[in-house]
Formats: sequence, C-alpha cells, structure tokens
Amino acid sequence: MQIQPILAALRRHRLATALIALEIALACAVLCNACFIIAQRVSAMHIVSGADEAALASVQLTGYDSAQAADVDARALAALRAVPGVESVSPINSIPFGSRRGTAGISTDAAGEHFGGVIEFYVGGPGSLEALGAKVVAGRAPQPDDFRAFTGFMPDGGSVQITRALAEHLWPGADPLGKEFWSLKSHYRVVGVLKDLVRPDPTGWTPEQRQWSVFLPAQPGPYLTGSYLLRANPGDMPRVMRDALAAVAKAVPEVVIDREASQSVSDLRHDVFKNDRVMAAMLVGVIFAMLMVTALGIVGLASFWVQQRRRQIGIRRAIGATRRDILHYFQTENFLIVGGGIALGMVLAFALNLVLMKHYELPRLPLYYLPVAALALWVLGQLAVLGPALRAAAVPPVVATRSV
Amino acid sequence: MFTYYLDLALRSLKRNKALTALMVLALALGIGASMTTLTVLHVLSGDPLPGKSHQLFYPQLDPQDMDGYKPQDEPPEQVSWIDGMALLQARRAHFQALMTGGAVPIQPAQSSIDPFFEDARYTTADFFPMFDVPFLYGQGWNATDDEASAHVAVLTRELNEKLFGGKDSTGQTLRMNDVAFRIVGVLDSWRPTPHFYDLNTGSYSADEGVFVPLATATDLKFARNGSTDCWDKGSSENMKTATCTWLQFWVQLDTPAEATAYREFLLNYSREQKALGHFQRPPNVRLRDVMGWLDYNKVVPSDVHLQVWLAFGFLLVCLVNTVGLMLAKFLRRSGELGVRRALGASRRSLFAQLLVEAGAVGLVGGAGGLLLALLGLWLVRGQPSDYAALAHLDLPMLLATFVAAVMASLLAGLLPAWRACLTPPALQLKSN
Repeated sequence: MQIQPILAALRRHRLATALIALEIALACAVLCNACFIIAQRVSAMHIVSGADEAALASVQLTGYDSAQAADVDARALAALRAVPGVESVSPINSIPFGSRRGTAGISTDAAGEHFGGVIEFYVGGPGSLEALGAKVVAGRAPQPDDFRAFTGFMPDGGSVQITRALAEHLWPGADPLGKEFWSLKSHYRVVGVLKDLVRPDPTGWTPEQRQWSVFLPAQPGPYLTGSYLLRANPGDMPRVMRDALAAVAKAVPEVVIDREASQSVSDLRHDVFKNDRVMAAMLVGVIFAMLMVTALGIVGLASFWVQQRRRQIGIRRAIGATRRDILHYFQTENFLIVGGGIALGMVLAFALNLVLMKHYELPRLPLYYLPVAALALWVLGQLAVLGPALRAAAVPPVVATRSV
Repeated sequence: MFTYYLDLALRSLKRNKALTALMVLALALGIGASMTTLTVLHVLSGDPLPGKSHQLFYPQLDPQDMDGYKPQDEPPEQVSWIDGMALLQARRAHFQALMTGGAVPIQPAQSSIDPFFEDARYTTADFFPMFDVPFLYGQGWNATDDEASAHVAVLTRELNEKLFGGKDSTGQTLRMNDVAFRIVGVLDSWRPTPHFYDLNTGSYSADEGVFVPLATATDLKFARNGSTDCWDKGSSENMKTATCTWLQFWVQLDTPAEATAYREFLLNYSREQKALGHFQRPPNVRLRDVMGWLDYNKVVPSDVHLQVWLAFGFLLVCLVNTVGLMLAKFLRRSGELGVRRALGASRRSLFAQLLVEAGAVGLVGGAGGLLLALLGLWLVRGQPSDYAALAHLDLPMLLATFVAAVMASLLAGLLPAWRACLTPPALQLKSN
C-alpha cells in the first residue's frame, strides 16, 4: 500500500482531516481518563475489609435514656442471643461499612507534636475481634484483662491491635509491637498487628488511609450499648436478621431500631459504594455515547468523501486498480487520520489527567491506558470506515467515462 | 429574507436526512449530557436563602488547647456550649441563634399512628425570624420560652399533615419522649437547599420535622445528631461543661460595618477568654457568610464537578463532530452555492443562509437535548444519593439549554460556512 498518494490527497482536505483527527484526539483524552476513573471506583468497591462480611450483621438501637442503658443492653443482648442461628453477639462501637463512632486524631508522642493522622478506633467487648474475623498477623490478640471499663467515648488507654497499613504509616519499616501513640491525652500501646480492618467510611479517605484502624478492647458497660455485631451462618443471614430485629422490637419495645444501619455487613457495603456505582455507570454511558457519535461522524465524513471522489475512483478502477485496492485505500486513509488524532490525544489525555489530579485527588494516569485506548480507537475507526469503503470499492470503472 | 433562508435550509436538511439526523443526534447528546450535569450542579450550588444569605454569618472561634496547634489551622467548625451561650447572651447581632440537630420519638395521641422517630432541631428563638422561616399557623417561640425551658414545639407542614391532617394544630398537645409539648406554630413548606445551617446531618438530606427550644431539649436529654469534636479530656458526661464543640451558632448582621464590628467583637472575646485562661491558643476567628460557609465546606460533591467536566468534554467531541458533518454538507452543495453566487448573491448572504441552516439544526438539536436532559434528570432522580430528589429542570436552565444549543450549532457552522463561501463561483459551475 502506498502512503504517499493518500497523504497527497489528504493535503487537499486539510480542514476535514484536521476535524476528524481533533475529534479522535478529544475522544482519546476523555476515554483514557473516564476509563481510569471507572477503574479507580471499581477497585475502591473491591476494598478488602479484613472482616468476614458475609457472616456479619449490625444491629443499632437508639432513642433510650442513658440512665436505662444497662437495662436496655441486657435485654437486647439476651433477645439477640436467643435467636436461632445467631453464633455470637458482641457490643462494638463501629461496624465496617456501618456506624462510625470512633474517629479520632492520634499523635506518636505525648506532647501531640507528631501528628499521626485521623484513625478509627473500633472499641469492642470480649469476643468482638474474633467475631469480626480480623486476622492477627503479629503480636497477640486481646487477653481477658485487656478489656477495660470506661466512661465517655472510649477507654483512656490500653493495649491495642493496629492494622498493618497504619503500622507502616506511623513507623515505616519498624516493628510496631510495643510502640505507643496518644489520642485526647490517652495513651495506647500496640500489642498486636491485624492483617486488615477497613474503617467504617472508606469512601471519604485516600486509598492509603482506608485501612487506618485500631481495635481497642473495652468492657461492655453503659457507654458501649445499642451497637451490636451479630455473627451468623452466611446462608442463613436474611432470616436471622429478620428474626433478630423482631426479637429486639419485642424485648425492648421502648427503643427505636435504626433500620437503615441495622443490616448485614454485605448490604451495608453495597450502600457505602452507591455513589461510586452511579459515577461508574454514568461514565460508561458517556463513553458509549461518545464512541457512537465519533463512529457516526467518521461514517458521515467518509461517505461524503466517497461520493465526492466517485469519478476518481472510477478512473483508478478503469486503469487497473482492484476493488481490494480501493477498499485498502480508504482503510489506510482512516488509519492515518486516526493515528494522527491518537498522537494528539495522548498529549490531551495527560493534560486532562493533570487537571483532574490537581482538583479531584486522582492519581497519575498509568501509561498502559494509552496503547489500549489507541487500539480501541483504531478498531472503532476501521469499523466505521468499512461501510463507506465497501461502497467506494463497489464503484464500477464505467463511472470514469460518464460526465456526472 | 430570513424566511427564504429558512425555507432553503429546511429543503437542504430534508434532502439528506441521514446526515441531518446525525448532526441533530450528536448535538442533542452533547447538550443533553451537559445540561443534565449542569442542572444538578446548579441545584446543588444554589443559594439556600436568596436575598438574605449575605446577611447571615457563621462565627467560628478556637477554644482548643495547644495540642497539635498549627498557626495556620482553621478554627473548629462548631462552638462549645460555654462559648455558644456567651455569644448568644452578648446579643451583639441583629438576630442570633444557637442550635443543634437531634431526633425525638413522637407518640401521637391518635392510636392509628404508631410512635415514630422524627429528626428535630433544638434551637433558640431567633432561628425563625433570622432565616425568614414562613409560618402557616401560629409563630415561633420567644426568648422567654428559651429561658424558661418551655415545653413548646413548632412542626413543619409535612409533620402537621401527618399528625393532624393539615389542620391548624396550634395550642394542641404533642407527646415527645414521654413529655407533653404545646404546639405554638406550624411552618409552611420550607426546605433550604443545601441544609446550610447544619451540614453535619447531610448537606442535601430532608430537613427536620419538629423544632424545640435548645434549653428544653438539653434539660430533657433529648438525643443529638451531628458531630462532636473534643480536645483535652473531652468527656460526654455533661455536654454543657465538656471541652467539645457540638453546636452551630448563626448571626444576622445587616451591614458590612456590622460584620466588621462583629469580627472585632469575636477577636476581643477570644483575647478576653485567653486572658482568663479559658482559651489557650492565640485568637483565631472566622466570620463567613452563607455562601462562604458552603464554599469552605465544599458541600457540592466533587463527583458532581467531575461529571460536569466530563459532560463538557463529551459536548466538545460532539461539536467537533458536528463541524465535520456540516463541512461535508455545505461543501457537497458547492454547485448550488456557485449558482447562487453567479446569479448575484453576495458572499455575506450565502454565509447568512448557511448560518440559518446551522441555527435550524441547533434548534432541533436543542429540543432533542432538552428531551435527553429530562431523561437524564429522571435517571439522576432514580439514584440513591440524598440530593437525587432535587434534580429538576427550572426555567433558567430550560432557556439555557436552547441558547446553548443554538449558540453551539452556530459556532459549529461558522467554519464550514466560511469555507463553503470561499469557493469561487466560476470553478463550481465549470466542474459540473
């Protein structure tokens, strides 16, 4: 295939060529970044929680007087534990993807000069860490005398388990066991490291911060009531939850069950990422519409060119060009124009990525997106030009002899 | 002349239906997507109290201890009980109100309605006149009721509808949390968007149904909703003495001079508290008005901005596409244009004729875009986000759709029309 004559012909249609190339370039920029955002959202949705989500559920009670907390707590616990299928019920302040009650800033020195970030304290009673299913990969799990009685938000000190991600953030490269940190003047010592434990609201944080959690053992008491982690057989979960909420409603009729927050952890996870799902779906829609418009635009312009060049095609056919030659001519022409557009599009894609990075906390676009997008646009261009090119190939040589 | 051009344009558009449909479709898709996202942005970044918002200010103080102190840090986003009460009692502004969100169990007298939980606002009396809250029946309570911790309540129209079938319920009794309250007022429909006075309970979520004096709510230990930020030992034993910020404080200052004076007052208050040893940090105050406060809190979700950007990128692709198609269309008619030129039409009139044609495409594309935007907004309303229900097209956005579509298509027509007019008439006639 000779490229020279194609380029010569394109030079006579500079404006139209430039327009198609520009359209491809813009499409390339939007395509790369939109796909990248979709990939980001999808990977956020698949975050590892570190908990046995399928086997867990949250039960949240509100609307009772703090004076009655102990009584309400005892009746609710008894009712929940009596439900057939319930393996365990533990009081805990926060639930992965659910209620958030332990967000606090920490520092790695007593004076509060070395700020360690804002983390999540999971304040849980005996058995709650086991119920969560969080794996202890170093150090030890909480011992019975680690569970301290407290007033206020959380115990003002104690031995804690922290996640690997948080340990690496606070003390990069060092062994976190035995290290200490402070929060609201309270002092905590690290005795165990958890593989993973996601914070309740991962969407509001950067990927690195999403695993910044600490498990703080505490005695159940008046300050740790109304929030329960329920463990049951995953297959039985819908029925267990239905029975559990009915049992609580019967045992403590004076409280209000927060139905929105009282769901299985799998359902809570589904709710947490609803905005990301909407965004991803919208982007898929935009990408689809944009590719369709681009393809139709190529079809329109290529058809125009074919019609405009009927006579020339006829002449070429008359002096010996085969149908295949004509077909290849238009295919190569499209390949070159789209190629030019892609070259410009890669620059635009990076420029757009820089803007998005600046304003929307998006990471840098990985390089491998570019060849994939280029391939997709080339395929799209070839598919779009196929129809008009076939019509061009069908032009009979006799056209050359006609005046119109 | 215009009607003649329009006639020519319609004939030309009819001649090649596929190409015309393509241009209209591309334009409609681009305009539809842009208008959908722009409408959502427009609704979400709207002024919650037009005409009044620039007189309403949100004072911030920094009562924290020196832990983690950085000189350039922003002060906390709420006030503590002690500071809130001090500012409230200073009465330095035209109106001032101290408030927090909560939820109360409502026990209706009618046995037909089961007890239920309702979001509530615990506030001082100035809330109603300060925010220009419209009343259907009765009125808000007054400062005396605040001081006396009176058992009075104001209902929204929706809650009154639910409990009393929409009848004038002032003077009636409502049981909340096992305590009898006298209803003193019923609001007319009122839903400021965003929920600017308390962004902790969701920027766009549905508002509270019942209003109760703050002192009454704290005396009766009603359940609170919202965020609490503590320093030092914190402690939630008694929120009135806790070193925590958990209340919102709003003031109305009618003139810029009053605002300057109030800022000075806040600085003096901070200095005084520091001298007394209550505050430890150097005075650090802010006095933002409503829009400033919404901006500072970035209430419009960043996803919404991102969607607008992408939709405009898409519109740009559609526009370039339309330019290309128009070029093809106009150049294909070189012969016809050549004849018109030969018969004496000036370049200017050919240009005008082609632009009328482009405008016609824009008008049809705008109509298509409007339909697509309505469809898009309908899809947005079906989404689970808490602002979804607000996504409706209003008149300005409707007009903007048409103006944008016509402008876009005229813009897209400029280059092809200019290019088509350049063709010398003789050449065109000869080549045919």
